[in-house]
Parts: sequence; structure tokens; C-alpha cells
Amino acid sequence: MINKIKKHQFLFEELVKRDFKQKYKRTVLGMGWSLLSPLLQLLVMSIVFKQFFGRNMDHYTIYLFCGNLVYAYFKESTSGGMNSLMANRGIFSKVNVPKYMFLLSKNVSSLINFGLTLCIFFLFALIDGVDFGLHFLALIYPICCLVVFNIGVGLVLSALFVFFRDISYLYDIFTLLLMYMSAIFYTVDTMAPWFQKLILCNPVYCYIKYFRVVVLDGNIPSLAFHALCAFYALVVLAIGAWVYKHYNHKFLYYV
Amino acid sequence: MAIIKANNVSIRYITGDFKDIGLKEYVMRRLKGNYKVTEFWADRHVTFELEKGDMLGIIGTNGAGKSTLLKAVSGIMVPTEGNMEINGSIAALLELTSGFDGELTVRENTYLRGAMLGYTRDFMDKMYDHIIDFAELKDFQDRPFKQLSSGMKSRLAFSIACLVNPDIIILDEVLSVGDGAFRKKSGNKMKEILSNGVTGILVSHSVSQVREMCNKILWLDHGKQIAFTDEKDLYLDAYEEFLQTKNLPQSKEEIEKLAADWKERKRKERESAQRTEAQKLQAVLEAGESDAALQAALNIIRKRNPDLLK
Repeated sequence: MINKIKKHQFLFEELVKRDFKQKYKRTVLGMGWSLLSPLLQLLVMSIVFKQFFGRNMDHYTIYLFCGNLVYAYFKESTSGGMNSLMANRGIFSKVNVPKYMFLLSKNVSSLINFGLTLCIFFLFALIDGVDFGLHFLALIYPICCLVVFNIGVGLVLSALFVFFRDISYLYDIFTLLLMYMSAIFYTVDTMAPWFQKLILCNPVYCYIKYFRVVVLDGNIPSLAFHALCAFYALVVLAIGAWVYKHYNHKFLYYV
Repeated sequence: MAIIKANNVSIRYITGDFKDIGLKEYVMRRLKGNYKVTEFWADRHVTFELEKGDMLGIIGTNGAGKSTLLKAVSGIMVPTEGNMEINGSIAALLELTSGFDGELTVRENTYLRGAMLGYTRDFMDKMYDHIIDFAELKDFQDRPFKQLSSGMKSRLAFSIACLVNPDIIILDEVLSVGDGAFRKKSGNKMKEILSNGVTGILVSHSVSQVREMCNKILWLDHGKQIAFTDEKDLYLDAYEEFLQTKNLPQSKEEIEKLAADWKERKRKERESAQRTEAQKLQAVLEAGESDAALQAALNIIRKRNPDLLK
């Protein structure tokens, strides 16, 4: 595996460069837009929802930002990754290269985007008077899980997209549903206990919750919660890897 | 040691309704029971072996399984049965201009393609000027790729793929790119590469090209191997006759018969060409109003074949 990556490192770099250029060439603001867009979204959401959900909560904007940050990264990475295999069919049907590289290179650009938004997030948190401390380092853990989770979902989606082209519409609806199910702008504290348990089945919510526990409560979640985060990421990655391995030579028939 | 060794290779291909359908259509078709997938053998029991320096020409009509076989050689597909042994690095020039990105510049595309073909960055840095010079695209380096004409695109693709030293080179209908001058240049370059002892596989619909460049022939028909041989002239003659008559040979005798038929056909064609030439000449002489034309004809005969006048 490592040998393979080394062998194809040059191709990987070139693919990352290409994906980056493709993404930003059409926008006047370039990368600025990627930063502005979540901020504007945050602005709209905080204006609308603060009246309903944020009345008796401190740092509601940061609470909202946590959710938005994680969810936006998940959505961008997976929706973008979905097309990665199909868009490169001209390459993998002619040259023998590892097919997961296309997805990984797409993921690099969304990760960079996420990193930039994260910086703004910290800035906001600082302005809002959140207590900074060493416990913030724990955030590395959910970020790593999220990266792995996104790659796993991306692998599954990009393979499915080769087989069924209407998956992208279905996935749009799914992500909308997921947004409402991830407690981005509301809080589950006042909900029934069974619902609070049930919502833990949503991996995206778990990663959001991890962020909130660290940033807003100043705590580090329990060990069991760590295990749950890793569990979701690894299971999805395993499924994705299996799909790619199993269909490696079969994608060709579908393009 | 054999560079490429195909051992009883069979490749099953599937085709049918599964392409370009959505989940909705898939479910509907499944429910109605009109979801059809056909499987067929694109290649069946193909066996051949190439040594260093060999140039194999794969011939066969459309749908013979040539491209599928090349995909198996380059590792994009795996044989369903049998096995393929490859000893060396492969440069595959399958369908030249696919895999480029129209929005990137020529320079960026060159690096991207180089990376796809498995070169290193250092190698590309070293070769870049060479490639652009060879492709004659010096003034276009920083233009978007989509602004190039299709001839320029294939010139670039050919140049990138050519300036390497692979152990194995796979050429799938790629030798006819660009205008006359470039075609000549690329032909020379190709010969230079081949003379360095590279092992090659060529797929071409031009029999004369195969005749010129290859020393071994693999003849496929609907996935079946008709022949793998180094008697290239005999088999190419037979193949050309087959293209005319569509009589698929079943044995060595039939091959020889086909080849003989082809020679006969060629001879007849030559004769009839000569006859029409003579007729044309006669018509010209007869239509001439002065005797000058006749005199010219006589002069030629005196010079070339004086016996006729006796």
C-alpha cells in the first residue's frame, strides 16, 4: 500500500492541483468564496434560529457554528467525492492507476477548505469569549475520525454513482434530512431520553457533539464516546474499501 | 525470458441494460422483468508469447477483441480465465486524447499526463522542453488545453508518450496523428524507439502498417484466436483476402489458399490497371490532331523497347 502510494505520489499531487484549479477557476473570489459561504450561511441561520432556540443559551452562535462546520465539511466532501470516479473515467479506463486516488485528491481540497473554516471558527470562539485551553487539542480526534468517515462515505457513494446516475438527487434529499437530524440549530437536551439515545445513531451528530463538548463545555467526552466515533469511521471505511476492491475491475463495464 | 506471456487467456465481457440507468429505472426494469445483461467472451483461449524486441501486430475486424486484449495486457482488466505474465514497465497509448482536462493549461496537462503514465516529476522537469519542442507547441504552453485544435492535442499526447523508454509499448490506432510532416516525424520517432529493443504491440486497421512494423502476427476473430505466427507475409496476405471474401480460414491449408488467392487477386488487379492505362494512352493518341503525339510515342518505343518496331 505504502509502496503504491509512493509510486503514484506524483500523479496524486497533480490530481490535487487539478481538482483545486477546477474548483476555483470559475469564482471571482476564488478561495475567499469558500470561506464566505459558510459564514453567510451561519449569519442567516443565527438570525433565524436565535429567536426560536437560542434565547436561553449562552454562545448560541458558536453552538450553531459547531454544527455547521462539521456538517458542511461532511456534505462538501461526500457530494464532491461522489462524482470523483465518474469524472475520471477517461483516465482509469485507459491507464492502470489505483482508483481511490481520485476520491482522495478530491478529499484533500475539501479538507483544506475545512481547515480554513476551522480557523475562522476559532476566531469567532475567541471573540465570543469561549475558554481556550489545552483541551482543544482533543479536537484532533474527531477531525481524524471525520476525515476517515468522509473518505469511507465518499468511496461508497462514488462507486454507487457509477452504477446508478440518479443517486446524486437521492443523496441531496438524504443530506437535507441528515441536516435536520443532526441537531445543528436545536438542542436535544430538552427532548425525550429515548430520542437522545437514538440520535447517537447518526455519526455526523456524534462528531458535532464532540466539538460542542470540547468547545462549549470545556470537557473531553467519555471513552465510550471516543470508541463510538472511531467505530462509525472504521466501519464505513471498511465498507468503502470492500466495494472498491470487489468492483475494481468491474467499474469499467459501467462507464 | 518472455517479456509478455499470455497463457490461454479468456476474458468475459458483459453488456446490456445496466449502463447509464438510474436506480429508479433499474428497479422498474427488474420488476417488469426486462432487465437484460448479456455476457460474452471478448477473448477466448488466446495464447502468445513475446520476447524482447518483438513487435506484435494484432489484426482482426471490429469486435474481434483486440482492445479488450490490450486492456488485459496493460492491467486495466484481468483475465477471467488463464493468466498474463508481464515482465517490465508498460506505456500504453490507448486512445490518445482522453484523460486531458480542457480547462488546464498545456503545461499542466503535460505534467498530469506524464504522471498518469507513471513518470516521476524529475523526469518530467527534464523532458518538458523536449516534449513541447517535439509537439511544436512552444507558443501554446500557457494556453488552456481546450483552445488547441484536435491535431495539436494528439500531437501533444503522442509526444508525451513517445519520449520515454518503456520496456513495453502498446499502440492502439495511434500512429496516424497530425498532418503529413508530423506523421513522418512521429513515424521516425517510433522506429527509433522500436530499434532500441522495446517490445511492442500494435493494433491497426492498416495492414500495410502492420506489415511494415511488426514481426509477429496475432489474428483474432470474434474473440477466437485464428493464428499466432511469425510468418507475417503469408498470414497478412491471407488476412487481406479474408477482408475481401469473409471466408474465415480453419486450417493452415486454407490460410495458404487464401494467401495464394490474394496474390492472384493482386496480379489481376495489376494487369487490369495496366490494361486501362494502355487504353487511356491509346485514346489520347487517337484524339491527338497533330502527328507530334504519335511521333513522341514512337520515340519512346524506340528508346525503351526497339524490338516492337521490327
